[in-house]
Amino acid sequence: MSKLELVFKEKSKRILNVYCTAGYPSLDSTMKVMASLQKNGADIIELGMPYSDPLADGEVIQVSSMKALANGMNIAVLFEQIKDMRKSITIPVILMGYMNPILQYGFEAFCKKAKEVGIDGLILPDLPLFEFEDSYGKIITENNLDFIFLVTPETPDQRVKKLDSLSNGFLYAVSSSATTGKDKDFNVVAQYLQKLQAMHLKNPILVGFGIKDKATFDAATMHTRGAIIGSAYIQQLTKGGDIETTTSEFLNNVLGA
Amino acid sequence: MPLFNVNDNYQNPTAEGYYGDYGGAYIPEMLYSNVETLKTQYLQIMYDPIFQAEFQYLLKDYVGRPTPLFLAERLSKEIGATIYLKREDLCHTGAHKINNTVGQIILAQRLGKKKIIAETGAGQHGVATATVCALKGMECVIYMGEKDIERQAPNVARMKMLGATVIPAKSGSKTLKDATNEAIRAWINEPNETHYIIGSVVGPHPYPDMVARFQSVISEEIRKQLKEKTGSELPTHVVACVGGGSNAAGAFYHFLNEPTVQIVAVEAAGHGVHSGLSAATTQLGSPGILHGSKSIVMQTSDGQVVEPHSISAGLDYPGIGPLHAFLYESKRGIFLSATDEEALESAFHLSKIEGIIPALETAHAFSVLPKMNLKASDVVVVCLSGRGDKDLATYMEHL
Repeated sequence: MSKLELVFKEKSKRILNVYCTAGYPSLDSTMKVMASLQKNGADIIELGMPYSDPLADGEVIQVSSMKALANGMNIAVLFEQIKDMRKSITIPVILMGYMNPILQYGFEAFCKKAKEVGIDGLILPDLPLFEFEDSYGKIITENNLDFIFLVTPETPDQRVKKLDSLSNGFLYAVSSSATTGKDKDFNVVAQYLQKLQAMHLKNPILVGFGIKDKATFDAATMHTRGAIIGSAYIQQLTKGGDIETTTSEFLNNVLGA
Repeated sequence: MPLFNVNDNYQNPTAEGYYGDYGGAYIPEMLYSNVETLKTQYLQIMYDPIFQAEFQYLLKDYVGRPTPLFLAERLSKEIGATIYLKREDLCHTGAHKINNTVGQIILAQRLGKKKIIAETGAGQHGVATATVCALKGMECVIYMGEKDIERQAPNVARMKMLGATVIPAKSGSKTLKDATNEAIRAWINEPNETHYIIGSVVGPHPYPDMVARFQSVISEEIRKQLKEKTGSELPTHVVACVGGGSNAAGAFYHFLNEPTVQIVAVEAAGHGVHSGLSAATTQLGSPGILHGSKSIVMQTSDGQVVEPHSISAGLDYPGIGPLHAFLYESKRGIFLSATDEEALESAFHLSKIEGIIPALETAHAFSVLPKMNLKASDVVVVCLSGRGDKDLATYMEHL
């Protein structure tokens, strides 16, 4: 059983996945941010690899990516920073990023190295289904990494089933067709999530985009196993201050602890 | 004896949008529905007789096609070959860009879309999009790099006068690449009612093929006009400037499978190919993914896209359409480049000897003519993609 599967086996609801940008706010803060997230109640960490042209991300994450790149972050540096992460981080860690930097690193070398340092899964928003089935999926599977596809309210049901069948760990439901960091009408979202719930998919659903506090986290997790927070957390880190204090205040607020 | 191996794939990418190894649709799931709808319907819609009737009517009576093929006598004498100019600068709005926007606006109507978004570099595509939106009564939002808004002020004013909203792209290098990112993000945020009119042969499949087909009217006309003037449909060379590559794709299209026609693409070398301030993508780039397709991309060894430089906003792009990447890799096309300075010189020279002020982008294509070792028997068609009105501020600095 993979680490991700184990999380969903041990905890039935309100599973919290928090996104952070590698190398942000400072180059060496990656491990510190991850440790703080684990300590303050995150169940899964989604570690973003910064890219110059992040099409699926809104302004907050774009700006953090630019800063991280300016700080000197890249895939090789990241692997070096997290090579010993399994000595302290016990919760699942997923890498999120865009195809181009990974292709330049070498797709197979990337998957091997990710597994070696203890990464559990990948979210690559611009790796489409056709390319996944045609070539890349095999490499991901051979390296025992979970791959998580995104689904949106516009994704046809048949395609949702297909993407679910190819995903492992969980399925990432985007709460509406929008880049990260946009506010959402949660009634519309709720209807969509109920529909997904009724489809009895293979994977549990985590919902992302638009979640920023306890109210939105509660609403989002009413019909799903959990939620993903990104922009709202990065925004807090952007304000500066001590990472541990910022993270603990933010997560306590979201979880209502 | 054919000079090149031709390949039907040049005009017809695979079902998934590949020209050789280049193309595809590397898009987030949020864009899947829109792109899939386009992919399954574009050919059917484009070649529907009712669509074609309206498209051809607008090309003729609104755009002003066919554009002339002009024998540039003084230039020919100077170069020592027969040089014809395909006068896309005489299209309504001053450049070839409108061939594509006329096609895509009719397509957007067919798809039931209410709003149009577009990116623009030099502003020519933005103006061409705002124009057809005014014609059809559609809402229009144009994304343009903040830096380009400054250097192409007349086109910004034109877009506003045509009723479009111009939104500055403030991220990255604040040029065409970033305007494209912002347009794609805007499309993600409101996909159902909106059609994105991409201005070049870039982006996810089916855009590169669709835009190439709309622009292919350029080479379709060249063949007919050349036949009337010389008795042969085929020139020895076709020359065009390449940023993303839409005027080049249109000028090359109906010659791609003609092995005797040498295809010459001219990229912007900026301060010099290896100066660190250049946009010569094939010379400096490597295979990568940008704006939804696999192509040749200017990037760091870590796969971060680099900021290009060209004096011409329309060529200031760190990628190239996947068709052109394939033309380059398969050696079907020759890729040359011209610096900022050479382009300026050519613009002034063409103005003086032919009475035609070209756009800065177009001027790059003329800079390579003296370097091509042309023979007296050669018949060369240069795609004069746009006129220079928009570049007057730059030209005035060099008068």
